Amino acid sequence: MLVEQLVNGIMLGAVYALIAIGYTLIFGVLGMLHLAHGEVFMVGAFVGLVVALHAPSIILAIAAAMVATGLLGLLVERVAFRPLRGAHHLAPLATTIGAGIVLQETTRWYFGAEQRGYPRTLADAIWEIGPLRLSSVQVFILAAAVVLMVALHLFLSRTGPGRAIRATAEDPIVAGLLGVNVEAVVLITFFVGSALAGAAGVLVGLAYNSVHPFIGVQMGIKGLVVMLLGGLGNVAGAMMGGLVLGVLEVLGAAYLASSYRDAFAFGVLMLILLLRPEGLLGATVQRRD
Amino acid sequence: MLSPHVEDILIQLGINIVLALSLYFPFSAGQLSLGQGGFMAIGAYASSWLGVALGWPWPATFAAAALSAAVIGGLVGLPALRVRGIYLVLMTLGFGEIVRVFFLNFEPTGAAQGYRGMAFVTDLPLVAAIVVAVSVLAGRTAGSPLGRAFAAIGTDELAAEVIGIDVTRAKLVAFVVGAAVAGLAGALWAHYVLFIDPEEFGFHRSVMPFTFLVVGGMQTYWGPLVGATVLTVLPEYLRFLQEWRLAFLGGAMILVMIVRPQGLVDRRLIDALGRALRYLLPQPARGPAG
Repeated sequence: MLVEQLVNGIMLGAVYALIAIGYTLIFGVLGMLHLAHGEVFMVGAFVGLVVALHAPSIILAIAAAMVATGLLGLLVERVAFRPLRGAHHLAPLATTIGAGIVLQETTRWYFGAEQRGYPRTLADAIWEIGPLRLSSVQVFILAAAVVLMVALHLFLSRTGPGRAIRATAEDPIVAGLLGVNVEAVVLITFFVGSALAGAAGVLVGLAYNSVHPFIGVQMGIKGLVVMLLGGLGNVAGAMMGGLVLGVLEVLGAAYLASSYRDAFAFGVLMLILLLRPEGLLGATVQRRD
Repeated sequence: MLSPHVEDILIQLGINIVLALSLYFPFSAGQLSLGQGGFMAIGAYASSWLGVALGWPWPATFAAAALSAAVIGGLVGLPALRVRGIYLVLMTLGFGEIVRVFFLNFEPTGAAQGYRGMAFVTDLPLVAAIVVAVSVLAGRTAGSPLGRAFAAIGTDELAAEVIGIDVTRAKLVAFVVGAAVAGLAGALWAHYVLFIDPEEFGFHRSVMPFTFLVVGGMQTYWGPLVGATVLTVLPEYLRFLQEWRLAFLGGAMILVMIVRPQGLVDRRLIDALGRALRYLLPQPARGPAG
């Protein structure tokens, strides 16, 4: 069913977009890659799991995961980014990979390496709309992702801190001269970006009913692909890139070769780098290499 | 005689050193690859398959492993020359994942079930010989015009181009040699553990040599050598680290980057050690002392 595949693709894509927005916000403000972002997403999935096992509300699980990963993002900034101001641009790759490994190992130590099932907190209703079959889980995931993205858009466009983030992404030095508190902007960016990844973690846990300490690696890499698709530092681009990759992957798996599903993302990645490295919508951040 | 446990550590150490040096070549020319695990997989699978399915003798399969990784390295490296910095990191990362997914689906080498049947070839003398050979190659390159071209490109690509260095050629050579050495590391690994599967050549395997480089130091080829040694041997001898060895690697990366961004071994340390060594060694006679 093409329509059903499309719905799956859009659902997956919305989750990719949530992860990629974090990458792109942080890259936009700091000009650095945050390679532990996939692990922040993974921690969000586990926090959501713990809450969902004890509380009946999935909304509560998402909220808890967002707060926890937001704080985790601040910790990562403190440990892996702040000591490196002015360092070589590859330095944060090393510290964030290190931080990611520590997060993975700590989670593995606490929860074990095997897959953990998510509780069925949402009633498994199936709605049929014409030819389309929608499960309540799918609808919830889509709705949650859309709500979060709209909230982010309003935050960035209507609020003072949001404007400060955009100004800093444009040019941190000029923004600082104009009175933007760049230190605070960096912290807000990490909190918001990481919280979105944490919410994505819970949504993925819901979608697949299982999480394990190593889901962050694959998702993290896909988030990077999506960020590149949309253009480095381009938030709208990340949203669109997520949808493009999600739909592409699901359709590719359904109609071409399902076992190569994970390779589509990377094939797309290499093509973009070769043909249009500034991304589909163009990068708002200059290449700093 | 070495105990089997010590021998095992030394062989793994040797393979890790070869892998670390495989990243040193492109890195010395300013290119960071997070896809060395992919080249290692190509070498491991090529040497294994040629030995098992076609019955080639191991020296031929090892040569083929290095060669096939080099050829693929050239194919990836050519377009990769257009991208640099973070874009190259992402591209090599994607390449490593594509290789992993390819072998995960490639039936002739067992796909997800993995591949076995390789002859045991990788003993300590062979590993030691290859470590020495690759180290000498790295040392020779560092002092050669090509190595100085790498260093110039690594420092400032535009300036290197202005003073007449063929940047494209030098970068391609660095990338391809690195790929070949990683392929060799893969052949050594396959013919030691005698069972390979695609999952072991993923992102983590690619991160390993980068860890060695970061911790050891990136300015000289001694850095990756020392980094691989410290990070392979230390967890073996600190028992409480066993379960936490990966977390230890991660923590070490953060700590070293913050405290000593140039890594444990930098050029100044090598120079100082060289002076100390000259001082300690008996000097050639210089005539009567005044």
